[in-house]
Amino acid sequence: MSMKISKLLEDVSRRQLLVAAGQGSAVVATMTLLPGRLRAEFPTLYEAINSVTGDASPAEGRIELTLPQIAENGNTVPIEISVDSPMSEADYVKSVHVFADGNPNPNVATYHFTPANGAARFAARIRLAKTQNVIAVAEMSNGDLYMAKSEVKVTIGGCGG
Amino acid sequence: MASVKPRVKVPKSAAKGEIIEIKTLISHVMETGQRKDKKTGEKIPRQIINKFTCTFNGTPVFSSDWQPAVAANPYLAFSYSVVESGTFHFEWVDDDGSVYVKDVELKVN
Repeated sequence: MSMKISKLLEDVSRRQLLVAAGQGSAVVATMTLLPGRLRAEFPTLYEAINSVTGDASPAEGRIELTLPQIAENGNTVPIEISVDSPMSEADYVKSVHVFADGNPNPNVATYHFTPANGAARFAARIRLAKTQNVIAVAEMSNGDLYMAKSEVKVTIGGCGG
Repeated sequence: MASVKPRVKVPKSAAKGEIIEIKTLISHVMETGQRKDKKTGEKIPRQIINKFTCTFNGTPVFSSDWQPAVAANPYLAFSYSVVESGTFHFEWVDDDGSVYVKDVELKVN
């Protein structure tokens, strides 16, 4: 049994290296972020969040995360995020990072704001492979971090495998 | 990808100080790289739009980095605080290096 699993991991890593060699910077960047973890194609949720927050622990609040409680189709799940901020030159939301803990790759997207936005909010549509938590981390211009989480029950998964 | 078509909805005119909503939509399969071809069993290679940017008169307004978990035909809406008349420039960058662009005028009353 363990033989099989290690064989599988080897196959994955070989394919991964081929993909990385032939393809874009995203995979390469993921790999350089994770030295010594060449076997996994994607970071864990912890690693993904940690690459944004470092050692700091995000506070609760200020983020309004709007997702359906139940998504019938995981291929396109509406997401809306609004962060409480004056959006002035002195105090604005720099970015919002979105993660999903049940997808093959926990990174979903990052949204970068400027004071020109006037309000720190956006709406988009994401894929969720199965029932899981969606996590948003907001990075303020002064470096403060905030986090919010919402569970979405997915009826039909959005991986199309 | 010949079928990629960007669409943007911005109010034609607005008042100074008003916060308007910008809605964008682009037709794209956003192939995740996780799906398998049902006949051959081979993984279908990833091809997504990985970056979106919006500038106004050349100044950055909003940008976004996308992973395969962004749904097909990506929709994105965000806000903008109106200062002066000018041109929004929108750009979507594909994994294959293609750049899809759209320019939209805004008039301040």
